[in-house]
Amino acid sequence: MSDGERKGRFTIPHEELMYPGHSACPGCGEPIAMRMLLKALGPRTVINIPAGCCAVIPGVWPRYSLRVPMIDHAFECTGATSSGIRAALDVKGLDDVTVVGWAGDGGTVDIGLQSLSGAVDRGTDFLYVMYDNEAYMNTGVQCSGATPCGAWTTTTPAGKEMACRRGKKRILEMMVENGIVYGATANIAYPEDLIERVRTAKSIRGPKFLHILSPCPSGWRMDPSKTIEAASLATRTGMFPLYEYRDGQYRFTKEIKNLKPVEHYLRLQGRFKHLTPAQVAEIQDLIVGELEVLKAKVEAGRK
Amino acid sequence: MIDAITANHAAALAAKLARVEVAAVYPITPQTTISEKLAEMVSRGELNARFLLMESEHSAMSALIGASYVGARTFTATSSHGLALMHEVLMWASGVRRPIVMPVAARTIGGPWNIWGEHMDVIAERDVGWMQFFCENNQEVLDTVLMAYRVAEDPSVMLPAMVVVDGFILTHTVDAVDIPDQRLVDEYLPRFDPPVKLDMERPARLGGLIMPDWWMEFRYRIAADMEGAKERIKQADKEFSRIFGRGYGGLVEEYGTEDADAVLVVAGSAAGTAKEVADRLREEGARVGVARIRVFRPFPSEEISRLGSRKMVGVFDRSYTFGDGGAMFNEVRSALHGTDSIVKNYIGGLGGRDVTAAHMEWIFRDMLEVAERGLDRKVEWVGLKDGSGRW
Repeated sequence: MSDGERKGRFTIPHEELMYPGHSACPGCGEPIAMRMLLKALGPRTVINIPAGCCAVIPGVWPRYSLRVPMIDHAFECTGATSSGIRAALDVKGLDDVTVVGWAGDGGTVDIGLQSLSGAVDRGTDFLYVMYDNEAYMNTGVQCSGATPCGAWTTTTPAGKEMACRRGKKRILEMMVENGIVYGATANIAYPEDLIERVRTAKSIRGPKFLHILSPCPSGWRMDPSKTIEAASLATRTGMFPLYEYRDGQYRFTKEIKNLKPVEHYLRLQGRFKHLTPAQVAEIQDLIVGELEVLKAKVEAGRK
Repeated sequence: MIDAITANHAAALAAKLARVEVAAVYPITPQTTISEKLAEMVSRGELNARFLLMESEHSAMSALIGASYVGARTFTATSSHGLALMHEVLMWASGVRRPIVMPVAARTIGGPWNIWGEHMDVIAERDVGWMQFFCENNQEVLDTVLMAYRVAEDPSVMLPAMVVVDGFILTHTVDAVDIPDQRLVDEYLPRFDPPVKLDMERPARLGGLIMPDWWMEFRYRIAADMEGAKERIKQADKEFSRIFGRGYGGLVEEYGTEDADAVLVVAGSAAGTAKEVADRLREEGARVGVARIRVFRPFPSEEISRLGSRKMVGVFDRSYTFGDGGAMFNEVRSALHGTDSIVKNYIGGLGGRDVTAAHMEWIFRDMLEVAERGLDRKVEWVGLKDGSGRW
């Protein structure tokens, strides 16, 4: 609980840098994440985006729903474009402007990985945000490197065997090894926490990485009214733990205790409805295993 | 100041003289020494630019698009596979009207591997909305980079430009180059102040989604401005010769074409050989000339169509595009449509093979024969080992 909550004050800034009228689907998590990000960063922000839902949501030319400049580019070059924008802003003396590379999971863990790795390696002072809806949603739900174990997608149709058996690419850990100065996961169901993570990132110079869970009711095959419930359950079941990395240490930003069985999360979504009880148990084991790995990293940092 | 330098060194000096603000580099033979020279200039403090080490050519071009959006003058250089890897983002650069200038050390594209010179990499990117300037020698490389910035950044143009430097033949060969004074370059090249750029006070989305109801209008503007660039290039050339005392004749340099029976159209360093051989043949009384294509994009259709009063026009392609003859041949033939000129295609100098005076002499003599007897065949590969390259 933050100070604001204890004192009963508003904990989320009033300032709106996102106009109504964007073109996201009902229940989409992306505009919620973007709205909170902009509230945390303020108007001295430039966003660069590749292909994906994020290229459609802000509106079609000449309409535009954000109150900060946005630069569009090809799919696989979010990190590189951020590096170029940062360099030119520095040349022009605009070093107070925050550069945000904002891409989906496919645009990050798959096609954009090389460019992201280069930007981190160059030490580009920027915040890279991966809004993770766990598949290629803009092209109609195809499996990405961030699609979770057991999920149905159009390219992992649910048959007898559990489609998509592997876990998600551990992108945050990959970026830590790559050399980010700050990294965190965040969840739209915990907006105060999300804002705190963004503010922390903004306060540090160098390459930062934020992994935001962003439910997609169309692709997750669930009612649009369930977005926040699903997002919240993802964290409360341990499916999407909230943690950060800073100064060589991992830390849970929401303690992992009294975990709900993962079934609560899976049963909410049509993309998991084909799973047998044995397969659900398999996923439960996978989550526990992943959490143990993460806990060990957190413990190692405390010593 | 006159110095003996390679064309790659000349290209890097031109970037310095142009006061580029953001450079993004990635190594590839035979471009690499441009990046190296630039790195030295930046580390010695001679050039006050942000110097970005990229992880691919695709990323180098992407970084420059971002930097150019912010309003910085940008520079990179590439070659061959690097240019091919950029293909997607080359179209982004022209589509969102970023006047990036990029020397290309023209080279083959594999496989199999071959690192030597030809024009295939550049010709394969002829339709991506970039201006393409071909250079004959090291001096022209330096001068053309400066001219390319002036034209590309003209508010009525706002399109990117490639400066084509024949791989190894120019990139790695030392020649005398007159390096202009910074003061004169500053007079020639105004500060970059693009009409559309990122503005923190008036936030806008740049490069966002365009629906079918507007896309054609955007494409038409690029087409129209590319046409308009022809006049700007001629003006930039004239202004260059006023300030620096050398000019290049606009889009096409004509050499002995006026009274010629046979004119050879050629781009790049091979033009030097062609001119020398043409001089020798003229001493024998043969009326031959050379039309050197300096600018392939925008295509100099008017200049080429004026060659239509000659009996015979040969086109030398230093690449082959697996269509109905070479790419330059097809565009020249199209511009000559409706004239009485006979047009024939000569393919040569691929994969680093020398284009010798003997090759050029053979081509001129063949052209004169065709002018007399009519077209024997459409495409002739010059210098093949068994001499069978014709159909």
